[in-house]
Amino acid sequence: MKQSLRLVLILAGLALGTSSHAQVKVGDLFPEVKGRTDAPAPSIDGAVAIVDFWASWCAPCKASFPAYARLNAAYASKGLSILAVSVDEDPADFDRFVARFSPPFSVFLDRGHDLVRQVSVPTMPTCYVIDRNRRVRFIHAGYHGSETDLSLRKEVELLISEKPLPANP
Amino acid sequence: MKTKVPIAAALVALMVGVLCTGCSTTQAVRVHPWDRGLLADPIMDPNRDALGSAMMDHVTSSREAASGGRGVGGAGCGCN
Repeated sequence: MKQSLRLVLILAGLALGTSSHAQVKVGDLFPEVKGRTDAPAPSIDGAVAIVDFWASWCAPCKASFPAYARLNAAYASKGLSILAVSVDEDPADFDRFVARFSPPFSVFLDRGHDLVRQVSVPTMPTCYVIDRNRRVRFIHAGYHGSETDLSLRKEVELLISEKPLPANP
Repeated sequence: MKTKVPIAAALVALMVGVLCTGCSTTQAVRVHPWDRGLLADPIMDPNRDALGSAMMDHVTSSREAASGGRGVGGAGCGCN
């Protein structure tokens, strides 16, 4: 009897253990990016940041890059940091995409999908607008042209105008 | 009259239930957005005559005043 019960508990544990990570939502602390990508990524602590998940095979991601370049030009000097994290499986695809668009912001390859798995993005592309306390304040699932551009500008301006809250003890 | 269910049978039923729950959750059967690179490849498009279909779409949308009825975008990446 005890053995059977143990077996059931193990199976239940396995079933729960194989479920994926919970999606990062508004208000959650964004996972640390530093040390999670192929190239050294800057820390986003203390900065207003946009972390964008993209792939070379995703058409809206191509459309979003020029918009991020414009955003970077307008707000980088005011403290905005843009990190574009690729989920490409083939590094050659990543290299070709970066060579074609020459983004003026940081781009990284999430080799092994470690970060994207933890964040559990709902669609491609998805960008997370993060405040100075590394809290996710806004999430944009998909890229919808000027609508997304305008929202991002408003959100970035709001977060830049905010003073950082003291860190939680 | 009281029927006694053997404990072993109850445990087996419970195990089957647990396993079936694991199979039926959407997380278990869903292709993650970041894993859709292969689905997005043009070779995954079931359409064998892309040019012909594009012409037919153009004609249909002009005559019926409805575009996108056959679907828009590329293959199965699920990008929006």
